[in-house]
Amino acid sequence: MAATTPQNAGLSAVPSYEQEQSQARFDALIEQDSRIEPRDWMPEAYRKTLTRQVSQHAHSEIIGMQPEANWITRAPSLKRKSILMAKVQDEAGHGLYLYSAAETLGTPRDELNDQLMSGRAKYSSIFNYPARSWADMGAIGWLVDGAAIANQVPLCRASYGPYGRAMVRICKEESFHQRQGFEILLALSRGTEAQRKMAQDAINRFYEPSLMMFGPPDEQSPNSAQSMAWKIKRFSNDELRQRFVGMIAEQVKVLGMTLPDPELRFDEETGRWIHKELNWDEFMAVIKGNGPMNSHRLERRREAHREGAWVREAAAAYARKYENSEVA
Amino acid sequence: MNHDELDATLDSFGDALASATRVTPGNALRPEDIAVDGVVPDEDLAQYALRLGDDALILAQRLSHWISRAPELEEDVALGNIALDVLGHARSFLTYAGLAWDKTEDDLAYWREEEEFTSLHIVEQPNGDFGVTITRQLIISIYQYLLYSKLAASADPTLAAIAAKAVKEVDYHRDHATQWTRRLGLGTEESAQRMRHALEILWPYVDEMFQDEALHERLGDRAVLPSSLREDWEQQITQVLTDAGLEVPQVGMAMARGRSGEHSEHLGYILAEMQVLARKHPGASW
Repeated sequence: MAATTPQNAGLSAVPSYEQEQSQARFDALIEQDSRIEPRDWMPEAYRKTLTRQVSQHAHSEIIGMQPEANWITRAPSLKRKSILMAKVQDEAGHGLYLYSAAETLGTPRDELNDQLMSGRAKYSSIFNYPARSWADMGAIGWLVDGAAIANQVPLCRASYGPYGRAMVRICKEESFHQRQGFEILLALSRGTEAQRKMAQDAINRFYEPSLMMFGPPDEQSPNSAQSMAWKIKRFSNDELRQRFVGMIAEQVKVLGMTLPDPELRFDEETGRWIHKELNWDEFMAVIKGNGPMNSHRLERRREAHREGAWVREAAAAYARKYENSEVA
Repeated sequence: MNHDELDATLDSFGDALASATRVTPGNALRPEDIAVDGVVPDEDLAQYALRLGDDALILAQRLSHWISRAPELEEDVALGNIALDVLGHARSFLTYAGLAWDKTEDDLAYWREEEEFTSLHIVEQPNGDFGVTITRQLIISIYQYLLYSKLAASADPTLAAIAAKAVKEVDYHRDHATQWTRRLGLGTEESAQRMRHALEILWPYVDEMFQDEALHERLGDRAVLPSSLREDWEQQITQVLTDAGLEVPQVGMAMARGRSGEHSEHLGYILAEMQVLARKHPGASW
């Protein structure tokens, strides 16, 4: 039997024969690279880890709509407005898929939403920075969505079926998002002096936070090993960060812009990219709630929920009165 | 860097057309297609296309504000989808109109002054609560559905083509507004009250939608006479309201002359927000 799950430590009862059988079947499925489905038995820790990860991912899509929605009404051309609108709408759709996937693990969407609004649940920290200029729509698409894709493509093979399948659909759309971001920056880079300055400023602000989207360095990421053993995660934080930084180091040349990292270079000997020391203190502070926009992002979500309460109540009352009787 | 290198970089981002969350296919005649068609409308036709384009543009601008603020996620998707469709219609109509004056859709959207906009007062009305937005949607989507259905038979092939594609999307918008009107009208006492309030504040702007202009007469079978839509519109909306336990409010009609550039106090703010960035960078490409 492949020991993918640590045996319960402490005072728990000795596992029954049935539990051992279930565990053995689970371990075998993981070992064969098969998918775990909602009705399959799974260790509680696996369920918990996945619920946390999938719901955090869903929350990130929902909160991530805000910085971009901030520019829809001011987009500088109708074509850009249309593309941006489609993108933010996709994000709401991704949130829906992911909440559905999380629900298959047993936690209802309302409860997950409460966790977000009360500040108990986390979401991608980068959305706690403001989108100050139009160029931020480019930098968010290129760098933030780019980092998200690097993280997410391997998740298409995640061991939990509903999550992996949701990710396949999401990754398709994310590549469009990254492209539109890059195209925004490309247009700016070929534009006026003011536009080029706007683009460089946005790249400068989003570079470091986007590298930190992969999470702390491997030696400081205690949960990673378990997630990799469970085949939820396929590559380590540092491996993914390496892949991403190598990609953007090339792409930035096409833009004729620079990354705000004079130390960045490919080390032939180790075959690794060397980048600047990342500001993990700031990262931790933003996660704890002290970023420039944390309070605003959460309040905006709570406000939409509050203002929509009467609508949801009416829809529920209508469904009770009419839709049930139609079914009956 | 040459074109091939750039294409290779862009291709590395993968499928640019994938979107699994669009409800409607977004198949309105693309402005890019209209621009290369080479057909130039005459002044009257361009003025007519401008009216339809302005209605759609201002409505899209209003609707887009809901994205990330809707009562539930499904509605962020639905309202975003509708806003996107309507913006697509605006782009097609404005592109076509602009050909008469050698102007692009963006010249018309970003570089005209308030009094040059020809949109109806109903589309510039504030979003209000969800009930107000749904009521505005009900009023305008039934109207646009009837209008585009007839316009699809226009003697002008470009307008006919734009309308034929737009009507399929507006059919969904009408259905969306109808479903929500039922839910809110029959849901709770509060939701019914809010819908009655929404009808009262929006109904004054109904008259303007059906006013004929000399322009329409001159265009003949190339345009749709607004007054010709009124009977069907009233019949349809009364039916929806009745089914929802609501009724047509007894309110007077506002003097609204958006078609000749006389707007309420709202449009100035809408344009200030929409145009600010483009106007800060005259001549820039985006």
